[in-house]
Amino acid sequence: MRKYLFRRLLQLIPLLIGVSLISFFVMHLAPGDPTALFIDPNVRPEELARVRANWGLDQPVYIQYFVWLKNAVLLDFGRSYTTGQPVISEVAERLPLTLLLMIPSFILTLLITIPVGVISAVRKNSWFDNGFTLFSFAGMAIPTFWLGLMLMLLFSVKLHWFPAVGNIILPLITMTIGSLAGLTRYQRAAMLEILNQDFIRTARAKGLPERIVIFKHALRNALIPIVTILGLSLPDLFGGAFIIETIFAWPGMGRLGVQSIFQRNYPMIMGIVMFSALLIIIGNLLADIGYALVDPRIRYEKK
Amino acid sequence: MRKNRLAILGFAALCCFILVAIIAPLIAPYNPDEIVESQTLPPSWSHLFGTDDLGRDIFSRSLYGARISLTVGLVAVTIAVLIGTLFGAISGYYGGLIDSIIMRFVDVMLAFPSIFLILAIQVMLTPNIYNVMIVIGLTSWMGVARLVRGEFLRIRELQYVEAAKAIGCSNFRIIFRHILPNAQAPIIVAATLGMAGAILTESALSFLGLGVQPPMASWGNMLMDSQAYMRDAPWMAIIPGILILITVLSLYFVGEGLREKLNVRG
Amino acid sequence: MLEVKDLSTYYYLEEKIVKAVDNINFSLDKGETLGIVGESGSGKSTVALSLLRLIYPPGRIVSGEIVFNHKDLMKLTESEMIKIRGAKISMIFQDPFTSLNPVYTIGDQIAEAIELHQGLSRKEAWKKTVEMLDTVQIKDPALRIKDYPHQLSGGMRQRVMIAMALACQPELLIADEPTTALDVTIQSEILKLLKELQQKFNLSIIYITHNFGIIKEICDRVIVMYQGKVVEEGKISQVLENPEDPYTKRLIDSLLALRGK
Repeated sequence: MRKYLFRRLLQLIPLLIGVSLISFFVMHLAPGDPTALFIDPNVRPEELARVRANWGLDQPVYIQYFVWLKNAVLLDFGRSYTTGQPVISEVAERLPLTLLLMIPSFILTLLITIPVGVISAVRKNSWFDNGFTLFSFAGMAIPTFWLGLMLMLLFSVKLHWFPAVGNIILPLITMTIGSLAGLTRYQRAAMLEILNQDFIRTARAKGLPERIVIFKHALRNALIPIVTILGLSLPDLFGGAFIIETIFAWPGMGRLGVQSIFQRNYPMIMGIVMFSALLIIIGNLLADIGYALVDPRIRYEKK
Repeated sequence: MRKNRLAILGFAALCCFILVAIIAPLIAPYNPDEIVESQTLPPSWSHLFGTDDLGRDIFSRSLYGARISLTVGLVAVTIAVLIGTLFGAISGYYGGLIDSIIMRFVDVMLAFPSIFLILAIQVMLTPNIYNVMIVIGLTSWMGVARLVRGEFLRIRELQYVEAAKAIGCSNFRIIFRHILPNAQAPIIVAATLGMAGAILTESALSFLGLGVQPPMASWGNMLMDSQAYMRDAPWMAIIPGILILITVLSLYFVGEGLREKLNVRG
Repeated sequence: MLEVKDLSTYYYLEEKIVKAVDNINFSLDKGETLGIVGESGSGKSTVALSLLRLIYPPGRIVSGEIVFNHKDLMKLTESEMIKIRGAKISMIFQDPFTSLNPVYTIGDQIAEAIELHQGLSRKEAWKKTVEMLDTVQIKDPALRIKDYPHQLSGGMRQRVMIAMALACQPELLIADEPTTALDVTIQSEILKLLKELQQKFNLSIIYITHNFGIIKEICDRVIVMYQGKVVEEGKISQVLENPEDPYTKRLIDSLLALRGK
């Protein structure tokens, strides 16, 4: 298991380098001088020249990349155009709010998707199963932002249950429904596949009550694909955060990101791109660890 | 079976939408950009979907919006499938170092939250319908690549590929005439589902103002101003969303139906 | 001890109904080894699963009686049937690689049955498990007990299956092609083990296979199945020398051809 984790950690490095390369490439799509990335171009020309020399922007591109990379590693992503504060501190300030949205959503999703997936598989084609399948499809087909708008329309505007902004419930529900829909389908499929396996037949032949067959033998195996799928759902969860925070004016990292996009706040944009990629990569690593914990075939080598 | 019925339903709905989109100029009661009223009006017989905040007929805009959303979806997914198939084929066929490099690249691309990446790119360029299609295509090929690679790895080992090699077929010929045709099924399913995703992405982009630019009507940008009018003109927000929902749902049903029919694994 | 009368098990598929087992009859005495031989699709595995009523939709046991120790199993409720499975009638399966749960230790999986059927505590069940592992000739049972199935070889896994099946000392063991997926050398070891265990526990065995050679080695009587029906039945020596059914003749001939006798 140690070897497995070590290998995974090692794979992080080329991944991060790749992410930084692409981010850097995207940065250079910005119109005008690359100084735009580090400082507001509307500043005095002497200041501009000083910065250029300082950051070595008269140097060839690959040197610029390494300079940028060096700073990125030190977590220096420059300063925000709008506030002048270091990008990293602004992001750090907003991140907890985004996590406040994402983590409960994640947990809620888990708590709902597992039982629903199990019951759907065990009671295949029942009303429950068909109903939830329809719900899943609908949930996947709904544009997240529109779902948010509709919930806002129903609960804030019409029913006055929650305020449209500032309250955590509506954004949380929106985010949860979004991830729930897709995951439930996978859960059901995974569970169905497991229920078809030989060892389930063996368990029944041993005289185990069906309850134990499903919840002890089948479910425990279903955890393996669940962990994988949860890991894969991270980028989408993040993507959803950007949009949901914007609609509900939730002051997290996502909203900051979208605002900085409209403000052409390039240092901030790049900082958030890199940071979210980093978080996703870390999330995947955690999923790998979870995977190793849950599958003994990875934990223990063959003898 | 149930799945078949849904797939047929979805297919029928899709055909309707496509037909309507094609003949939009013929059946739209008003010019979509023309201001015909002075205020927002709820749905009525003269304005089936009501009018928006500028006084334009929403039904007409929806018809033209269908053209936009469907076209963007189609073109974007085509680009994604082409790129993905190319990478996946090369990766799966040649294996070895080039496979590792390409797969690393796929992993890197997958590490980005695609929406934000697209937003960032769009704001660096000037957003218009063309770069929307291209950028979405450029950021959604990864799933197809993995899929195609898997198929190639599988088919490469089969007998008839060995036979083709034995009689001296060039690699190029083997890839395009022998392996690729047999990998079509999962690609078709992925393309259908991918188009659904592309439509969703375009609508989110347009909603934020970085996709299709007004006054060109896309279901997404029709929702852009609706948020401010939710209290007074809720139909502005409800209708375009439902249209997106139906289109994407139909694509999902058709995709799933195809998956069953063509025997593709999830 | 076991009498099967007019057993029929059908599978209701979308396009057609498959009569996997079509009105068969056979019986088994205590301590006897009955072989069920036939090709793939003859229905032999379905018979085995039917005996334990492990048939699930789209399959269904349509008719018949399964009289075990003077009780018709078809008339039992599911909760009564549960008490029979693993305790009075056990089954081992063909593929030891997929028939064991990969996420639990072999000790867990064996002890589970003991705890359930014999009401022993964890510790006592664990002790009995070690004994069983020893009985099936696994070396260092006290160490092996904490292993996961993927850490063991095919032959060892099959021994674990046997240990699991016999842990509660059933009267009847149904063996569904237990050696088909193993190497030939391991095959004979397992067969030998089964014969020894049969003696030791006074087991009756139903042995299912497509290989007449194995039947010859360990069975007393045999029934030949073809497309869901029993086409021949009798003592081993009798059937081998005087097969009545043409299909049986073909089966035996192909066996002899391979063996080159």
